[in-house]
Parts: sequence; C-alpha cells; structure tokens
Amino acid sequence: MSNTSPNFLTSSIGKKFLMGLTGLFLISFLVVHVLINACIYFNDGGVTFNMAAHFMANNIIIRVVEVGLFLGIILHVVQALILTLQNGKARPQKYAVQNSAVSSKWYSRSMGLLGTLLLMFLIVHLANFWVPTKIAVFKGEEHNTFESLKTVFANPIIVAVYLLGLVSLFYHLLHGFQSAFQTFGLNHKKYTPAIKACGFWYAVLITLLFASMPITLYLGLIK
Amino acid sequence: MSKLDSKIPEGNVEQKWTKYKASVALVNPSNKRNLEIIVVGSGLAGASAAASLAELGYKVKVFCYQDSARRAHSIAAQGGINAAKNYQNDGDSIYRLFYDTVKGGDYRAREGNVYRLAEVSNSIIDQCVAQGVPLAREYGGMLSNRSFGGTQVQRTFYAAGQTGQQLLLGAYSALNRQIGLGTVDMYARHEMLEVVKIDDKARGIIARDMVTGKLERHFGHAVLLCTGGYGNVFYLSTNAMGCNATAAWKAHKKGAFFGNPCFTQIHPTCIPVSGDHQSKLTLMSESLRNDGRIWVPKKKDDIRKGNEIPEEERDYYLERRYPAFGNLVPRDVASRAAKERCDEGHGVGASRMAVFLDFKAAIDRFGKSQAKKLSIENPTPAQLKEFGKQVVEEKYGNLFTMYEQITGENPYEVPMRIYPAVHYTMGGLWVDYNLMTTVQGLYCLGEANFSDHGANRLGASALMQGLADGYFVIPYTIGAYLSKEIAVKPIPTTHEAFVAAENEAQAQINKFFAIKGSKSVDHFHKRLGKIMWEKCGMARNEKGLKEAIVEIRELRDEFWKDLRVTGKPDEMNPELEKASRVADFLELGELMCMDALNRSESCGGHFRIESQTEEGEALRKDDEFAYVAAWEYKGNYTYEMHKEELKFETIKIAQRSYK
Amino acid sequence: MNLTLKIWRQNSGKEQGQLVTYPVKDISPDMSFLEMFDVLNEQLVSKNESPIVFDHDCREGICGMCSMVINGRAHGPKTGITTCQLHMRSFKDGDTIVVEPWRAQAFPVIKDLTVDRTAFERIQSKGGFVSVNTGTAQDANCLPIPKDDADASFNAAACIGCGACVATCKNASAMLFVAAKVSQFALLPQGKIEATARVKNMVAQMDLEGFGSCTNTGACEIECPKGISLENIARMNREYLVANCKD
Repeated sequence: MSNTSPNFLTSSIGKKFLMGLTGLFLISFLVVHVLINACIYFNDGGVTFNMAAHFMANNIIIRVVEVGLFLGIILHVVQALILTLQNGKARPQKYAVQNSAVSSKWYSRSMGLLGTLLLMFLIVHLANFWVPTKIAVFKGEEHNTFESLKTVFANPIIVAVYLLGLVSLFYHLLHGFQSAFQTFGLNHKKYTPAIKACGFWYAVLITLLFASMPITLYLGLIK
Repeated sequence: MSKLDSKIPEGNVEQKWTKYKASVALVNPSNKRNLEIIVVGSGLAGASAAASLAELGYKVKVFCYQDSARRAHSIAAQGGINAAKNYQNDGDSIYRLFYDTVKGGDYRAREGNVYRLAEVSNSIIDQCVAQGVPLAREYGGMLSNRSFGGTQVQRTFYAAGQTGQQLLLGAYSALNRQIGLGTVDMYARHEMLEVVKIDDKARGIIARDMVTGKLERHFGHAVLLCTGGYGNVFYLSTNAMGCNATAAWKAHKKGAFFGNPCFTQIHPTCIPVSGDHQSKLTLMSESLRNDGRIWVPKKKDDIRKGNEIPEEERDYYLERRYPAFGNLVPRDVASRAAKERCDEGHGVGASRMAVFLDFKAAIDRFGKSQAKKLSIENPTPAQLKEFGKQVVEEKYGNLFTMYEQITGENPYEVPMRIYPAVHYTMGGLWVDYNLMTTVQGLYCLGEANFSDHGANRLGASALMQGLADGYFVIPYTIGAYLSKEIAVKPIPTTHEAFVAAENEAQAQINKFFAIKGSKSVDHFHKRLGKIMWEKCGMARNEKGLKEAIVEIRELRDEFWKDLRVTGKPDEMNPELEKASRVADFLELGELMCMDALNRSESCGGHFRIESQTEEGEALRKDDEFAYVAAWEYKGNYTYEMHKEELKFETIKIAQRSYK
Repeated sequence: MNLTLKIWRQNSGKEQGQLVTYPVKDISPDMSFLEMFDVLNEQLVSKNESPIVFDHDCREGICGMCSMVINGRAHGPKTGITTCQLHMRSFKDGDTIVVEPWRAQAFPVIKDLTVDRTAFERIQSKGGFVSVNTGTAQDANCLPIPKDDADASFNAAACIGCGACVATCKNASAMLFVAAKVSQFALLPQGKIEATARVKNMVAQMDLEGFGSCTNTGACEIECPKGISLENIARMNREYLVANCKD
C-alpha cells in the first residue's frame, strides 16, 4: 500500500506526543524547582536559598532554559486547548445518563479542568515571585527572594490558594506522568507497573514537598 | 436428457479439477476491466469471492444487509476449518478428507465437487496465514491442529473458539483492500429483493437500501449469491436474526432449481429454550462432547437437580447405544438420540426438552491427573475438585462462562442442560461444477448452494467450503461463462427487465402495507417455526409432513390476510424487512416439507421414521434415492422435481455405523 | 418483573430525538436484554406504533452489531459482554433503565438506537490488511511464528468492531479499535512489510473521520466486550512514531 499520510505533528497522535513530551519536560523542571526551594530547610535565614535563587535568576544557561520552559508551558496549554476543542466536537450530543466512574478515574477525565486550575495558580505564582525577581534583575537590584517568600506566605488566603493549586498538581501528575509513557508507546507488562508506581510516588513527594513550604513558612518554622 | 447437467469433468476424480483448470476458458485482463460482477452476501464465500475476483481485475459490487461486511454470520463459527495438510503426520490426505466428507454426508454429495473441495483445502490455510489470520500455533511456531467432529485424524485448524471470526476478518481484510483500491463498491445495509434476467441470463439485481428504503437497480454480467443458509425457517436456530433465504428464494422463483431443501443439520449441543420469549439459540462448541458425558434420568419426569440424581439412576444413553463412539457420535445421531429420550419423557429442565451434559467425571479425572502432575500425595476431595475445575476452565472456560451468562447456572457445579437446535442447511440452490445455478450467469456459493455436504455436514467443513468456493473455485469457473460475455456492454438499468423486476419488488412491499392486519411478522414466523420444528425437524414422517404442508399453506393465507407492518416503506423499517423474509420462508418451508415427503429414506440429517433399522438407526435406500432432488418452481406454489443421479465411481457406498 | 424503560427515539439523523418512557411488565429474568426489546416492540406493533429500531444480528456476542448505552454504560452494567449477551437477571424489579445509542460525531444516528459506523470501514480500507492476492501464498508452515506473538495478535484480532470503545471514551476516540487492527498485523511477520504505511494511513483516516483523541483514561479497555488491551494503543503509538521517524 502506498503512504498518503499528512504531517506527524498535526495528527491526533502527534499532538498527544507533544503533550506528553512537554508534560515530561515540565515534570523534570519541577524536580529542579523543588530542590532549590528545599534550600529553605537549611534554615539559615535564607542564605543558601537566596544563593540558589540568584544563580537561577542570573545564569545565562538557565536563562535560555527558562525560555524553553515557557515555550513548553505555552505549547502544553495550546495543544491542550486544541485537543479539548476537537474532543468536544467529537461528541456533540452528550449522553443523558453517564456512568463513567466504573471505567475510569475522575482525575483522568478532568485533566483539562485540573490544568486550567493549575494555569490560574501558575499566574498567581508568577505574579508573586517571578515578576518581582525579574523586575529586580531588570533594575540591576539584588532581590531577596527568601524575604518575599516569608511575606507572601504570611497571608493565610495565599497559603490556602497554594495548597489548592498543589492538590490540582497532584492529580494532574497522577494521570499525566504515566499517561505520557503510554503515549510514547511504552506499555509493557513488566515495566508499566513500575512506571505507574514512579508516577504515583513522584506526585506524592513533589506535592508534599511543595506543600510543606508555605505551611512551614506560615507557621514560622523557617526563620 | 435431464434438464440437469452437472458438468462434472471426465476422468479420474484426482484429475478432474487439474484438467478443468488447464482447459477452462480465460478472460483477457483488458476484458476483465469491462466485466461487472455482483456479489450478494459478504460472509466467507462472498467476501473471499469478491476480493479474489477484484484482484483478477473484474469490477465488483458487494451487497450485505448488515452495517458491515464483517458481521456476516460466518463470524459465529467456533470450531475450526479442515484441511488435508497432514501436518500431524497422522495419515491424513486429500483422499481421506474427500472420503470422510462423502461418507459423513451419507453418500448424497457429488464426488467431483467434494474431491475438489478437499484438494483446495490446503491452499485455503496458506492463503489465510499469508493474510495474517492468527491461527493457533504450537510453541515451535508451527500451526496447531485438533481433532474435530469425530474424525480420526487431526486436520482441524482453529483460532481459539473464534475460527469463523478470524477467517472472516481475513477475507474481509482482502475485501477492504479492494474497496480501498476502488475495484469493489460496497453496499452495506442493502438487501437484495429480485434477480433481473435478460434473455434468460442473470444481469443484475434489485436491492433495497435499508436506510432510505429506496429500491435500487444494479447491473452485472454475472450475479453471485453467497447468502448463507435458510435455518431461520425454523424461527429458532443458531443463525443470526437477519439470516434469510430471500435472495436464494427469489432466484429460485426466477428459474434456479432448489437442491435437497429438506437437508438441514441439527446441532446436538445448544443451550435449551428457556421460554416463549426466546429469539434465537446459542450453540456451544461440539468440543464439549470430548470430555462431557451426556445422560438423562432413568426415571421418567424426574424433577430433581442433576447433581442430586445418584449415579445408578442415570442413563448415559449415547454410551449405552453406541459403545464404540459413545458421546462422540456424529451430530445427527446425537441429536436424534436426545430427542428420542425427551419424547420418552426423560427430558430435564423446566421445559423437559433438554438432556444433561455432565463434566463431573471429567473434573474428577482431570483433578487426579493434575494432582499427580503436581506430586501431591493423598489430595483432599476439595483439592481434587479444585484441580479438576482448573483444567476444565483452561479447556472450556469461555464456553462455561457463556453458559452461565445465558442460563444463570454454574456448570462447574450442576450439569449443563443441552438440546439440539437447527444449525446449518445442507440444501440450497442447485449448482453445477462451475457453481452456476440453472439460470445462466447466476452463481451460488457457500452454504447457500447445495453441493458439497450431502445429507450431513461434518464439523469444521462449512468454513472450508465457503472459502474454497470464494477463493479457489469461482475465480476459475466464472471464466467459463464470462469469456463468452466479453462482447456484452453494460446494460443500462432503464432496460425494461430492470423496470419490471423493480415493479415486482415494489408491488410486494405495497402489498405488505395494504394488508393492515392485526398480527406482527414475528407472530407468523414463530408459528411457522413451530410447524417446521415439530413436523419437519429431527424426525419426520409422512403423516406429519402432509399435515405440515397443509398447515403452512393455511398459515401463508393468514399471513397475507392478517399481517401488520407498521411504519413506512421509505425509511429504515425492520418490520418490513422481516415481513419480506418471512413471506419467503412461508414458501420455502412448504417446499422443504415436500422434499422431505418425497425422500422416504433416512440419510444424514434427514430422518424418516418409516425408514429405520430394527435398532432404530437411520436406513438409507441407495437404490431409490441416490440422487439430488432439484426442484423447479412452476408458478403459483407448484414445483416440479428433477433428479440428478449421484454416481459413486471412486468410493464404495456403504451404510454408516457408529456402533 | 416490571420495569420502566427510557429509550432514545429519533426518527432520522436530520430530526431531533428524545428519551421516551415505556413501562414493560412481566419480564422474565431469563430473557436477554434484546428479547425484552422484542417484547416491547411486539406491544408497540399491537398498538400500531412504530417499533424501536436497534441494530442486532447474531445475538451471541460475536457479530458486533448490537450497540446500546444502557444506564450510561456501553453494552450495559456487566463487563466482557455485548448488549445481546446481557440478561434481565442483571436488573431488579422496578428498575428504570435508560437506553441511548452510541454517541459520536463520527457515528451519526440513523434511527432510534441505530448508528452509522461506516467510519470504521473507511479506516479498515486504508490499511487493515496484508496486500496478498489469492493464490500467491506459500505453504502455511514455511513461516513459523512464535506462539506468544500469534496469541497476542489473536487477542488484538478478537475485536468485533462494535464501537463500544468510541461510545465509552469521553472524547469519542477510536484509538482502541484502530490500535487493535494495527497491532494484529504489527505482531506478525506478514504484517511487518507494510507496517509503516498501514499505521500512517489508518491513523490519518481515523483523524479525518472526526473521532476524538486518546487521553489514556483507560475506559475503553474496561468497557470493551472482548477485553482488547490498552497495550495495543501503546503499540500503535510506537508504530506511528517509528513510521514517522523513518521518512
């Protein structure tokens, strides 16, 4: 048979592939992010943390990677929007009765919703930390990120918002991590359970670590 | 000379097909492009024929009533497909497959056709494997075989319990390839209602688009009917709900003779009827008889549960009557024996129309051997039972699950209840060696024709015949006819014959709606089925058949006076579809009874109570009935029988015995 | 038992449909779900109303024709069976049962519970085959195939093409169906020759038909009456990636 197929990236599988790829990239970023944040646990008045933050804000390689990171996020979001629209069109008339719970997990079906919550959270998060840092860099001033951490997380409402954001992140990761591997075609009797376990523990650890930060700061456990 | 010329080539049976192929007229590739072929039905025969003919270069149109060619009822065949590969080195050969098929058919099939079938059987397996049909394999990577239907060699190829599905998907994939290449036009959800004849040659069909209700005219230089059997005459059968005889019957009324209509096969291991609501019967693979034991209570009207009846009160009637073959006697023998016991009042279950198929002995036996295998000394009875169940589950798990789904009973604990059901029709349109009916250019393939199984079909031979006809016979034999048709230009469907045929079809539809009676189609169908089952079923006699003919005529009159078809003709209307099918069954049923009445011998699936030995076994009358009864429609429900004498030049004719 | 049925009635694809309530009485638990429909239809005919149109044929779970979403689940409350294999003993006296057709853009309603699944046919004709003409095959045992591969291929080929995967998927994606076809051939040496073009062409047609994309919720695998595994979707993804890397 002859081959009459269009472009890979515009195909449904190609789009999913990009989702998975950008998703995994963001997942790897979260590891770096959480490790740097964890520097607060040196409990040295933010010295180590600020050093790390300074490095991240000024190193040229990180700057380039950061652009990639934003592109990754945008791509992930745009693809998600396109796919959601297309998927919606695939079933114009909905079922009167639906009993989805027996065949799939709610969070697997709610990646769009969880993603939207995450995006909103991300905007809040960037406004809280990234924007002030950038302004400082732009002005050539030294920005004390640790201080702004303490200031921001003194507000219980913001802490609550962050915790909600992290709940969204947890469920988003719980599905997203293993889903990416399935999309890449990695499904194997022997290894898939391991991948799923990794995904689960990754989601748990990342979320708990991140969640511990606003809580400890709010409670004043970190000086 | 008889009107029937079977056109069997001269010569030794081994040489007939080879010589035929070497001498049959061919059609030049550039002419093939201009020749159009209509294929009705998309099962094994239809799909394989359409694909193979399109590969040769013919322009093909395929029609099926389902929404996809893949859904044809060939898909439901469970057991397997025979071939004379002799991969097991157990002494099989083309000759043996030929011999077994003729003998199994109780010497009512043509030697020439059956030998050809056995000859091409090997190519079918090759073709299917090349298509990617996932047949069962051994650990060494070679194809696996099993013994089936009581044969002494292992010649059956299979794909778990879905051989029919996998083979059909193979043929369907070949068909799809041609559809993709544009050489086949597929018309799904279309039902053929008329054959169009011009100058005594089949030149097309009238089909109803079942979505819009529109009647369509389609031209073809030749028409192939691959429309399956007519088991649904009995209302309850293992056929799909939509299986029907309309295409074959309409062809019959246009001049195609109907061969041996009374030859129907009743399968012994079906799940019994549970009530009046029953719409169809489900078959359980014959392989269950390999390990299950069939019995009834010795006491009449014993209402105890199967597992509460002690061993000494059970009658293992097959083992008692047929010590050599026991539970593995051929289908017709097993079916009749079950009916005999139930008629005598030994039936079980709520309806008393069932016998037990018991796996307790097998579970015990397997349990012991498994315990030995696992080197467990002094296993407890519970352990033994558990081991035994495991082995049975491995072998028959899917069938046991299916049984439980349908009946709500657990067959590991209580014996299954089974009863025979109509399964296959050996009769069908009469065809010659070329598979052409008595109408020029009208062919009939697969179960729809009468040719290869005689009075009884062996297990795993239906799939073989369907594919043999489609892949390896028709591509050659159609050339004999079409090579003379190359000058015929496609006839426009405005031709008066098309108009007349469409009017006929339309008139019948209008007639249905005009009756405005009070009873549904199913009402009549059920009543027809009851008459057929009781009087033209497993055991037939002159009195019953004569009564049946009268009753069917009365029912037919009532049908045309009191039928109610709801809805409109120009929409999707299953009631209308059913009406048109049942109208034909009401005529075919009568012919079946007439044929059964005429054939006052017992052979294969046809058992005349008047013709049996002292021990109650079927008694064939070879000097009187070694012929094919081919019925010609003479108008107004009258038929004339023509005989095609069967000559047995290779095989010595003998009485079957399974004692 | 007595039941209340709410059944989707729609005269044609062009008209709007709605759920219509029908009470049914004296239903035997031994009836199949479709036999219960027969009883209801018989009643409708006796009242001169038009019976409910639904697809069905073999009534033994193999042809793949029957297709009902029953109380929000494709082929009803039990797993591993088709609608025709569902029996009324799975319901209780007094139950309300909502019956809807498969819902997908690519499966438009023809009438009542009957939908048009020819999209599957068009996907098949793009590559669901091995290009081998009748008569060209070598001896079947010239090509040994490891039993595990043959079995895995068989498991994929067990798909009956009913479309429950599409009906179940929240995106009405046909990935499980297409993946089963791609896998059946990808696992066999016969299929490898055309593997690249097959997966590309079939996926392209699938996208063209307007099915949604796969979001790996796994619902299709659960509701598939033949238990076709998600592994097949992964295999198709892999095949597709490899095919696109090749050229």
